[in-house]
Amino acid sequence: MKPSSLTLRRSVDTFIKVLSMVASLVGILFLLWILWDLAFKGFEALDINFFTRRTGPFTVPETGMANAIVGTLYITLLATIVGVPIGLLGGIFLSEFGRNHPISSAVRFFANILMGTPSILVGVFIYAVIVLPMSGFSGLAGGVALAIIMLPVITRTTEDILALVPNELRESALALGAPHWKMIVHIVFRAARAGLITGVILAIARVSGETAPLLFTAFNNSYFTYYDVEGPMKYVYDMTEPTANLTVTIFNYAMTPYEQWQKQAWAGSLLITGAILVLSVIARTFFGGGKKRRA
Amino acid sequence: MDKSAVKARTNKVDLFFRGLTLLCAIAVILVMLAIGFELFRNSTLSMKEFGLRFLSDQSWNPVTSEFGALSSIYGTIVSTIIAMLIAAPMGIIIALFLTELSHPTLAKVVGGAIELLAAIPSIIFGMWGLFVLVPIMQTKVEPWLQAKLGFLPFFKGIPMGVDMLTAGIILALMILPFITAFTRDVLNMVPPVLKEAGYGAGATMWEVLKHISIPYGIRGIVGAMFIGLGRAIGETMAVTFVIGNSHKISASLFSSGNSIASTIALEFGEALNDPLFKSVLIELGLILFLITFIFQVIAQLWILQLKKHERS
Amino acid sequence: MEEKNDVPDDTVQEPVLKHRIQVADGPDSEAENFDSLPSKLVVKDLCFFYGKHQVLFDNNIEIKENRVTAIIGPSGCGKSTHIRVYNRIYELYREQRATGEIIMDGSNLLSRSVDIMELRKNVGMIFQKPTPFPMTIYDNVAYGLRLHYRMSRSDLNDRVEKALHGAALWDEVKDNLNKSGLALSGGQQQRLCIARAIATEPDVILMDEPASALDPVATSKIEELIGILRKDYTICLVTHNMQQAARVSDYTAFFYEGHIIEFSLTRQLFTKPAKKQTEDYITGRFG
Repeated sequence: MKPSSLTLRRSVDTFIKVLSMVASLVGILFLLWILWDLAFKGFEALDINFFTRRTGPFTVPETGMANAIVGTLYITLLATIVGVPIGLLGGIFLSEFGRNHPISSAVRFFANILMGTPSILVGVFIYAVIVLPMSGFSGLAGGVALAIIMLPVITRTTEDILALVPNELRESALALGAPHWKMIVHIVFRAARAGLITGVILAIARVSGETAPLLFTAFNNSYFTYYDVEGPMKYVYDMTEPTANLTVTIFNYAMTPYEQWQKQAWAGSLLITGAILVLSVIARTFFGGGKKRRA
Repeated sequence: MDKSAVKARTNKVDLFFRGLTLLCAIAVILVMLAIGFELFRNSTLSMKEFGLRFLSDQSWNPVTSEFGALSSIYGTIVSTIIAMLIAAPMGIIIALFLTELSHPTLAKVVGGAIELLAAIPSIIFGMWGLFVLVPIMQTKVEPWLQAKLGFLPFFKGIPMGVDMLTAGIILALMILPFITAFTRDVLNMVPPVLKEAGYGAGATMWEVLKHISIPYGIRGIVGAMFIGLGRAIGETMAVTFVIGNSHKISASLFSSGNSIASTIALEFGEALNDPLFKSVLIELGLILFLITFIFQVIAQLWILQLKKHERS
Repeated sequence: MEEKNDVPDDTVQEPVLKHRIQVADGPDSEAENFDSLPSKLVVKDLCFFYGKHQVLFDNNIEIKENRVTAIIGPSGCGKSTHIRVYNRIYELYREQRATGEIIMDGSNLLSRSVDIMELRKNVGMIFQKPTPFPMTIYDNVAYGLRLHYRMSRSDLNDRVEKALHGAALWDEVKDNLNKSGLALSGGQQQRLCIARAIATEPDVILMDEPASALDPVATSKIEELIGILRKDYTICLVTHNMQQAARVSDYTAFFYEGHIIEFSLTRQLFTKPAKKQTEDYITGRFG
């Protein structure tokens, strides 16, 4: 047997070590570079007009993205209202009623696949089932598209988090004579509260940065689309109208050759990314404990 | 209210609640099936018009209503391959750094940062690519590549910056955090006892990795690659900005192209009043749907098998 | 109960106890007649299955009213499984199944027509690990009451206070009723769970190794409490701790591999066991 050279083995090892450090450095530097540009170029273009004025033609010097900011908030809110309850209830089924049910395996399987389905296809789907029948783009369609993207994430996260609640707690509630649904709502949900909040916030953060599913659902609008009525409803967006939103506006602006609009696109990008990162950090640090989930 | 009525009501509420949760769980399946069905239903016009020829035809002319999916499929595959060639080894090697080499605190900080980066919207990557990376590619990287490797067909033509190579790099950056985090988790699951046994036998770090950690986690790593691949194939916004949107096929990575997702994103708006054009785009969507569906199914089956493997 | 009536002399002459087990001066000093005492629960031919796997075999036992019945045996012998049938908590798990009869107050509680929530109101349960709900101390105790009754705030306050007194916890928590139940110590948490269980004034309290997760001081408090609760409740105590069974129970059943090997007065079982297996177990000769 030929003894392998110790020097050779050592140098291979050192080479791999150096390589991995360099690769890590390169990867991290690239990502930092993106963040740096985003912060720098975005900050430059952020001014008070950005937050107070609506989008407008590039010939007008003082435009902003106020209508798109409000629109993104409303679309995300709608997605949350539709997607979160359905996802939570579906997760309850997987964890509490159908843990070993064959339907549950199918649901898990399809949920994972739905998570991997390109979001632009969800946009095309909603175009076919909501935009065409309603004969028009609408914030409603955009919200539902985002809700569909949220749905499998919330379902699987809920299941994972509820599964962490010890069975003894369920048994204790049932042993006092609680019906199943009260046991789940009063005890299991309360015990899993922190994790569920984390999961939901992360899911909201994730969809709020989506562009592709909004392109031909919510479309865009250069106006505020508040209801034209008196009373509290006048602060609410009419979701049957095409609705301005940050990401599609960023896309439209960035694809033009006009410097004014490109600057605003950077500002919008900084805003949406900042919001998402802040939400993610809040979710992880304040509520903590939530199991992260990928794939 | 007498007791039996209370009991009946309680049971009914329980039954109702259970049924409701079941319905919501099934919603996931229904949505998935509905997406496939709607894509199919809305692409029938295009299927009737072009038949199977659609898949092998690279013409693309909305004015004369001549369409073929070949260039889009080609672009999707090529940009994905470039992305995987960059992101897969890099992801693995960064994961290796995080689990084996770096100080635990550093690993935690970098690991946390990587997870946050995965949350950055893809449109940001696309925009950054267009405004920052494209000029650099055009003026520095691609001329350099051409000077050194210009004899290869991949690096011929005029470096434009807006091309397949840039699209692949942006895609790679997008999926890098994801692959890194997944691989890191896999490597972290290797039982320390195994690694200690390796080191105890006098193996170097690289040998422990090569002979113990990677073989142990290979199935998980492959699963991570599958899912990374699935993401890259369907990624829209990161690619749309930098791929150039031209419907031609060229061996050169310096020539512009298109991917299925980028074509839908960019041309759907023009197609709204042209039923055939719209149907063509939706058929492209259907093709993308089927490709990702197959990849996801393989990935899921792989991971299911992996879990069974772990349990036994 | 055949086992306790004829004790064959050749089985046990002088009990050889490795550790002297202290037996409470209990009911046998009253010269209590087993048959004349009212039975709260009469278990007939109880069998239990996990899927196809049978774990309890024809269990027959009578749980006497206002007495403490201890169930002992090596781990995995089915003692916890046995009492988990009494409140049908096992039904949470789809694959678990029980056959036989358990007669309580004249009706079979395993029958389909029994209102399971009403049953569980009458049969409370304490678990191995303390299971305070993630809510305030007050809400923990009031939880069962709110489930089963509509009562005024002042009535509720009274019942909560009474239950906390009953669980010997009132003095420790009376100023902190709005603090989270999770903030209490382990022993206090377990007494909180007892308070929660007795708040609805059940007839029977099932205790599944209630002190096994507690330190010795907390354990002795729980044991003391069992002695007091005995006056008002029928208690069924599963324990792997023979000293504990001897200290607090009136009757003891010895389980082995899903069978009830011996059931008799606690003093009798620990001093003159009728069966060889019982003797081996209580003298620690078990292998």
